[in-house]
Amino acid sequence: MLGFGADRLRADMNRLLALLFHQGILDEQFLQLQQLQDESSPNFVSEVVNIYFQESERLLKNLRALLIERELTDYKKMGNHLNQLMGSSSSIGANRVRNVCIAFRANSEQNNRAGCLGTLEVLEHEYCYLKSKLHELFQIEQQRVLGAGVRYPMHQN
Amino acid sequence: MGSSVAAMGMVSDSKFHVLAVDDSVIDRKLIERLLKTSSFQVTTVDSGSKALEFLGYDPGNNSIPYVSPSHHHHHHHHHHHHHHHHHHQEVDVNLVITDYCMPGMTGYDLLKKIKGSKALRNIPVVIMSSENVPARINRCLEEGAEEFFLKPVRLSDVNRLKPHMLKTKLKCDKPERTEEDEPDSGSQPQAPEQQHHEQHEQHEQHEHGQEELRSQPQSQQVPTPPQDQDQDRLQSVPVLPTPQQEQEQLQLLQPTPPQQSNNNKRKAMEDGLSPDRTRPRYSGITTMV
Repeated sequence: MLGFGADRLRADMNRLLALLFHQGILDEQFLQLQQLQDESSPNFVSEVVNIYFQESERLLKNLRALLIERELTDYKKMGNHLNQLMGSSSSIGANRVRNVCIAFRANSEQNNRAGCLGTLEVLEHEYCYLKSKLHELFQIEQQRVLGAGVRYPMHQN
Repeated sequence: MGSSVAAMGMVSDSKFHVLAVDDSVIDRKLIERLLKTSSFQVTTVDSGSKALEFLGYDPGNNSIPYVSPSHHHHHHHHHHHHHHHHHHQEVDVNLVITDYCMPGMTGYDLLKKIKGSKALRNIPVVIMSSENVPARINRCLEEGAEEFFLKPVRLSDVNRLKPHMLKTKLKCDKPERTEEDEPDSGSQPQAPEQQHHEQHEQHEQHEHGQEELRSQPQSQQVPTPPQDQDQDRLQSVPVLPTPQQEQEQLQLLQPTPPQQSNNNKRKAMEDGLSPDRTRPRYSGITTMV
């Protein structure tokens, strides 16, 4: 039943995953997520990742707003946001994003505004890259699934 | 008691019920999936105060919960796995797993409240944290937490939960107590007024313990098959543990090497088990039925 196309798509997905692991974008926690996905919860990974996207974008927006505030930069609040972002990144296996959060948090603990601005740039960049790669992953997965004739609910990304 | 309920085809009352507490949406989703994969019934809340509310915690009344005399006979069929019952401390939660860092009430605060409540203190509590701080870990264990999991929590962590839930059930099965059944004797002396509450617990949870033990050889991720037959068999014959059951039980209660030292409790548990294997932990059956 699996055609040549489906095999190639699966290979594409594995290749992309391997690359992401190699680059440290993702770590083994992402594999744990995939293992939790099954027939009873067939969209588990994309559901979790979509929640992650929403939450991360909210936190990043808040971080930028806090840093733009020159007069009274609320480093404590920044730290709270960072802890949240760190925790959720760790929970989905977003390894590099989590590591940048750690560096960011160090700057914030030292009340180093310039340092914070720099790491925020890096963080936003890392997040964007992660998001685009995960979208790619989900697109391949969707194509593969459709090609195999299985009907899963479509997910808008 | 249970046999008539089972014969009526009641489903899903046999699962352990875990209350998961975490302020992070993602972590709640994750822990819920992990727990459901392990065939637990799950309720998630986003704060310690909501957890206490769900548990029916009554700060002003630290006595035993009210249980109507007819409750023993009604047993499961008016039991509420999914609803909030605020009027009585009718707790149907077999384990609480909570994040440490939460705004407002921390997981540690929640742990203290649970362990400080006569009605709730027998519920095993597990703490999760993204930070590996030994002082924090020790403090939680000393306060009575069964385990401390580092996040991200994995299936292998969740697989460690069942023995704690079983231990509590089995402990409640024995009206009389000796030292070897007091793994947590230091912090939680069993007061006489607990008898009533525990008999209530032991009555409704006793079957759970039996069913869970019988299903143990199967993978924990496979939903257990209907166990009506087991229940019937259980009720009609006073059972002494067969060697196989004992071994299963030992397997369950045998602690796997902990991530952090929590040796006092475990050691006491091991000591209690080994010299007295023939001692019927199922003695509750004959006294109850």
